[in-house]
Amino acid sequence: MTTWPILSVVTFLPVLGALVVYLSRGDDEAAQRNARWIALWTTLVTFAVSLILVWRFDAASAEFQFVEKANWLASGISYHMGVDGISLPFVILTTALMPLCIIASWKSVTNRVREYMMAFLFLETLMVGTFSALDLVLFYLFFEGGLIPMFLIIGVWGGPRRVYASFKFFLYTLLGSVLMLLAIMALYWNAGTTDIPTLMQTAVPRSLQTWAWLAFFASFAVKMPMWPVHTWLPDAHVEAPTAGSVILAAILLKMGGYGFLRFSLPMFPLASHDFAPLIFSLSVIAIVYTSLVALMQEDIKKLIAYSSVAHMGFVTMGIFAATTQGVAGGVFQMVSHGIVSGALFLCVGIVYDRMHTREIVAYGGLVNRMPLYALVFMVFTMANVGLPGTSGFVGEFMTLIGTFKVSIPTATFATLGVILSAGYALWLYRKVVFGALTKPSLASIKDLTPRESLTLFPLVALTILFGVYPKPVLDMSAASVQQLVNNYNAAVTAVKAAALVAQ
Amino acid sequence: MSFSSAGYQLLPVLPELVLAVGAMALLMLGAYRGGEGTTKIVTSLAVVLLVVTGVLELMLPAGKLTTFGGSFIVDDFARFLKILAIIGSAVTLILSTEFLSDPSRRIFEYSILVLLSTLGMMVLISAADLIMLYLGLELMSLALYVVAASNRDNAKSTEAGLKYFVLGALSSGMLLYGASLIYGFTGTVDFAGIAAAVKTGSVGIVFGLVFLLAGLCFKVSAVPFHMWTPDVYEGAPTPVTAFFASAPKVAALAVFTRVTLTAFPGIVPQWQQILVFVAIASMALGSFAAIGQKNIKRLMAYSSIGHMGFALVGLASGTVEGAQGVLVYIAIYVAMTLGSFAVILTMKRNGQAVEQISDFAGLSRTNPMLAFFFAMLLFSLAGIPPLAGFFAKWYVFVAAIKAGLFTLAVIGVLTSVVGAFYYLTIIKLMYFDEPAGQVEPMRIELRTVLAVAGIFNIFFFVYPGPLVSVATAAAKSLF
Repeated sequence: MTTWPILSVVTFLPVLGALVVYLSRGDDEAAQRNARWIALWTTLVTFAVSLILVWRFDAASAEFQFVEKANWLASGISYHMGVDGISLPFVILTTALMPLCIIASWKSVTNRVREYMMAFLFLETLMVGTFSALDLVLFYLFFEGGLIPMFLIIGVWGGPRRVYASFKFFLYTLLGSVLMLLAIMALYWNAGTTDIPTLMQTAVPRSLQTWAWLAFFASFAVKMPMWPVHTWLPDAHVEAPTAGSVILAAILLKMGGYGFLRFSLPMFPLASHDFAPLIFSLSVIAIVYTSLVALMQEDIKKLIAYSSVAHMGFVTMGIFAATTQGVAGGVFQMVSHGIVSGALFLCVGIVYDRMHTREIVAYGGLVNRMPLYALVFMVFTMANVGLPGTSGFVGEFMTLIGTFKVSIPTATFATLGVILSAGYALWLYRKVVFGALTKPSLASIKDLTPRESLTLFPLVALTILFGVYPKPVLDMSAASVQQLVNNYNAAVTAVKAAALVAQ
Repeated sequence: MSFSSAGYQLLPVLPELVLAVGAMALLMLGAYRGGEGTTKIVTSLAVVLLVVTGVLELMLPAGKLTTFGGSFIVDDFARFLKILAIIGSAVTLILSTEFLSDPSRRIFEYSILVLLSTLGMMVLISAADLIMLYLGLELMSLALYVVAASNRDNAKSTEAGLKYFVLGALSSGMLLYGASLIYGFTGTVDFAGIAAAVKTGSVGIVFGLVFLLAGLCFKVSAVPFHMWTPDVYEGAPTPVTAFFASAPKVAALAVFTRVTLTAFPGIVPQWQQILVFVAIASMALGSFAAIGQKNIKRLMAYSSIGHMGFALVGLASGTVEGAQGVLVYIAIYVAMTLGSFAVILTMKRNGQAVEQISDFAGLSRTNPMLAFFFAMLLFSLAGIPPLAGFFAKWYVFVAAIKAGLFTLAVIGVLTSVVGAFYYLTIIKLMYFDEPAGQVEPMRIELRTVLAVAGIFNIFFFVYPGPLVSVATAAAKSLF
């Protein structure tokens, strides 16, 4: 099909860019400008190349495509890359958001610009690699490797409590992941390989399924994050620089959901079935509880962070409902949330750059001086609420339908979250944007600059486009989702039938 | 060679012979030449001698060679670890250049002692009976005691040497006692003979085994025989600390592996429980006790205790995979340790070595390359992928999982998270904090060592094949 390793190019192009940034020595104004431009061009070219993936992707097939395989560590552990309909949307989401992050950091980061750009470029490689790795060890390498640049991004360019936040982020995530590492080893000895497509075909013994599921859950629940292991997220979001928050919310959180889809459901279907009530309970708690917590926040970023936890609750609920609508809705909700929450953090970053505060009470009446900003912010607030016509609605609606077929109480309680999200999002919007502009510090605040509009308008367009026409994303993932759900149902019914025969 | 027919072929010990004769020749050179520049010449020649020894070792005929009636064995396992120990010693000598150039410390004996200690290590690694084991161990240790005190005018260094000697003598006593019990109950000192005699774990054998392992635990500084480590690491001159943390650990771990796997394969459950305990205790103490440290050398001491615990996780599984894990671990550990010590040796302000962790503050501003490599080494020590340290942990834990040691593995990875905390603390100081002042420019030899260790560490994941396959072959030669 393809003659050149297109997926590896998409993955490792950013590292090449980072090397070029490194070679452009110096710390003066010119060197900083060079670093920015090199980073921007690298991410743009990477995005362009990743669009070739979309172009050539065969959405009718559930198989992995653009597969590359090379010998690597030992027999059974190889360099194996490929994407299917579940991972491709995340690859594109990553490559699409990176240029926007670089543009968003154009003016706000003035300190150690070269290192900043290099950290982001390395992070992009690790994120794309995570979504396209088809070997568990390779996946783990990318998945955990991402901790290093993110730790530095929060710690070096973050806010006042950056040290606490960066340590908490790093250690929390590591703690969850090391248990997954042991489960990977157990799977390796069980099947003799860590090749993901092979493992998906291999039946895992019931007891190992339970333990391995729990170990993978430990890692992905922290990453997602699910209640009650979500506490690192508000800290990390608040302290990270704007682009760091965008990446955290839009991409890194998706790794948890992606992990559930890629590993937990296909490899441990029986354990997933057994533990589904646990996931439902945690998801509902996350949706209701963190929405209530969000209502009480005084910091804009923290409010959005808690709302992210609530929205991820819909995703986990939909995924473990394991119905076509639920899983497809989970994928869609993640893509939509990637766009919307990323955009909301960009919006916060814009006013933060002007006022250097994120306190809700420090704002009010912005609509009077920033009409364009108010409009854009409203689109994303509505998408966050899940207003029909925005992408947020489609994801939530599909996950709710999918869950309704499996567990009516779960879906009922989760629907409460939709109301609550309207509560906190509208409350935030009213406090920040509406009202009279009375605060003297806001009297001279300026509306969006062309650069800022450039970062936000593509996201506005996507939010509305996917709201009224979600087909591109749904079609891309449909075949893979269908296969996943079919395999899951086959495994579960086989066990139920066997149990009936035994009786 | 006249007595080759009687089983006393000298070819397998040729590298050791060259090293011994060379060390003595250098001693003569140093003693008779005297005066300016002698230390420098002796040190350079010592490095050359180590390289020659290493090359000879590699040129020995392939396969398993034995001599001295079977008490000295050269197999792939021995070759792998000898080369590693020689690299450790040679790099230590290179790292010591500055220490030795100080006019008040023109002691050419230092290099000779390192050579003799290396000779001891090579004998130890090849030991196939308890006598040879003890000979090698003592030759290695006696030289180490003196080297620890080589900063003669410094009270801390003298104290370190004395402490090491007294505790080392105690551990030798225990080891000898254990060896005598084992001899008493099996009637042989030969590892193969012991393996044939020990099919069940009688009380006497287990008693002897416990004492023997206690002596070996002391040498690898595993808990609960680790007490000397922080004091000696802190008190000894920094290049000596680098030496202690690298080559002797290789040799001690080698003999640990060989004794357990070739002399006691019949009673794996008996020594497995000892090793599981020692590994858990070392990993836990290594990570928790390091948190409160202020001195970087003490911190490295606790870090090495923890790392020995991780290496013993592989050994505890008692399988080929476990032995392979130990070998990969120790190789990567040596690279990480030597690189880290190259950084620690660079930390000087106004000609004074600074050893406090807080002195690393803001290093990424004043010396970005140094800080970057050190940060990568620290992430690697913490076991974060894609750095080499992750693969070291992968191989030992994958062996433990296969052997069904789940509790050990879970505790192991959890302590590695605790361990990550203190490595992160140093990275935080270097990257997040304001500079604490300029450090002197890095010397060329330190720069070279750091660059080689750092590049190995960062790019190991690209092509891990060679090291892993050599380690696999070495591990298989034990079984």
